[in-house]
Amino acid sequence: MSAPAVIVDRLNVSFGTSHVVRDVSFEVAEGESYGIVGESGSGKSTVLRVLAGLNRAWSGALTIFGKAQPKVRDKAFHRAVQMVFQDPYGSLHPKKTLDDALAEPLAIHSIGDAERRIARALSDVGLPSAFRYRYPHQLSGGQRQRVAIARALVLEPTLFLLDEPTSALDVSIQAEVLNLLQALRQERKLTYVLVSHDLAVVGHMCERLMVMQHGQCVEEMSAATLSARKPETAYAQALLVASEGFRRQA
Amino acid sequence: MSDAVTPLLEVGNLKVNFHTPTGIVRAVRGLSFSLGRERLGIVGESGSGKSMTGRAILDLIPYPGEVLADRMLFRGEDLQTMPKAARRKLRGRRISMVMQDPKFSLNPVMTVGDQIAEAYRVHHRANAREARERTLAMLEAVQIREPERVYALYPHEVSGGMGQRVMIAMMLIAEPDILIADEPTSALDVTVQLQVLKILDDLVTSRGMGLIFISHDLHLVQSFCDRVIVMYGGKAMETMPALELADPSAMSRRHPYTLGLLGCLPELSNPKAKLSTLTRDPEWLA
Repeated sequence: MSAPAVIVDRLNVSFGTSHVVRDVSFEVAEGESYGIVGESGSGKSTVLRVLAGLNRAWSGALTIFGKAQPKVRDKAFHRAVQMVFQDPYGSLHPKKTLDDALAEPLAIHSIGDAERRIARALSDVGLPSAFRYRYPHQLSGGQRQRVAIARALVLEPTLFLLDEPTSALDVSIQAEVLNLLQALRQERKLTYVLVSHDLAVVGHMCERLMVMQHGQCVEEMSAATLSARKPETAYAQALLVASEGFRRQA
Repeated sequence: MSDAVTPLLEVGNLKVNFHTPTGIVRAVRGLSFSLGRERLGIVGESGSGKSMTGRAILDLIPYPGEVLADRMLFRGEDLQTMPKAARRKLRGRRISMVMQDPKFSLNPVMTVGDQIAEAYRVHHRANAREARERTLAMLEAVQIREPERVYALYPHEVSGGMGQRVMIAMMLIAEPDILIADEPTSALDVTVQLQVLKILDDLVTSRGMGLIFISHDLHLVQSFCDRVIVMYGGKAMETMPALELADPSAMSRRHPYTLGLLGCLPELSNPKAKLSTLTRDPEWLA
């Protein structure tokens, strides 16, 4: 087995006096899909933002692709690691066409051949090329999320950080986006770190997952353990029961 | 059910149209249903007209929308021919609605307690002290532990789950006959979601209300409601007892759209390599 793509060792994050991530450690192998689940405020998105380099107030050790990462990352890092955000309505610039949005990362990284790369990224996420000069408000939520994925994909990254990529979408659209993410991962040998509050989504997408509560890792388990409904800790059990829907006490 | 003869609400051939410069948008196209003292779920994707149905019942469709119906009866009274003032009296007092997001539905510059008390005093003759007492009792009923403290909080000081409970308290304090809950728990975590549903369930059962529960979450509706209407493009695809939604032997009788909605959900106990996606048939809207 090759070296893990991501090694997080005793990560701690504090905002002022509140300690939001406490001693979280995990490893993600190359080509693996790793899930982080928890309720709001459990620190799961904060962990992802540290990985992406969007949060500099952390301590601990972080190794990505065999390189210890400082607080401020270099350009090569930002090319190899891309993030897809939760809200497709907020993550695209309303006054820029899709073409502008997709050309910008290429310009930043001085990558030529923008014409072909943008066309390819759009076709990879299943959007017709006629969409290229549209504005975000002319698209539906599912289409916007596809654009957000295309924007991340255009740099040909190897690590994808997904922050609740489908929780703002309808179930039918969610299925399409999840299928797209699965297909891309197989095709491109991508590594995923997926944050979600939906256990079924994480069970579907990931091989291994971590359950977080109050900034701590409660339990790490495989997807097989999850689908067999055999988590060890009471909290993970409670989450699992809660995800099954409402139960009326007789 | 003693009220089986005169249902709380009867809606026949309800249509909601929006006249826009580019043509008529038909949000609801001929929906009929009746509601007794039960929990009725309405499920569908965004744009299926489920929220518009709830708003039409309350006469809250904004301009340029119009509501047409062959029949719209609240306990036998015709809602359509009723004067606006009478309709307004019903709203909040007899029929009320809990919105999706407490962040946008509460008044940001008024304490939550005062808002609930105001809702009570609009509908009942009560002095400020009585209203305050009722409010504190209601906050307790929705399982807020320190009602005195929470009464004085502003909406930005309460969490999402607590905000949603405050909304429920505000809607239930007038003791309506019908509660319309429009995605009341979509903005909440799963565990908090269940607490809120439990409160809603207890209150609806103990006060004998009719509940219209609007949601896009099939599993939730199936586990929470007695009856389910599945909507697509403003039309009811089918209506069935909620138990049948989970019954594998009843699947052959299901509408293809319902099956599609069920099929595109990832399931923990039954992992699939690829999720099926919905195919939509224009004939369904014919």
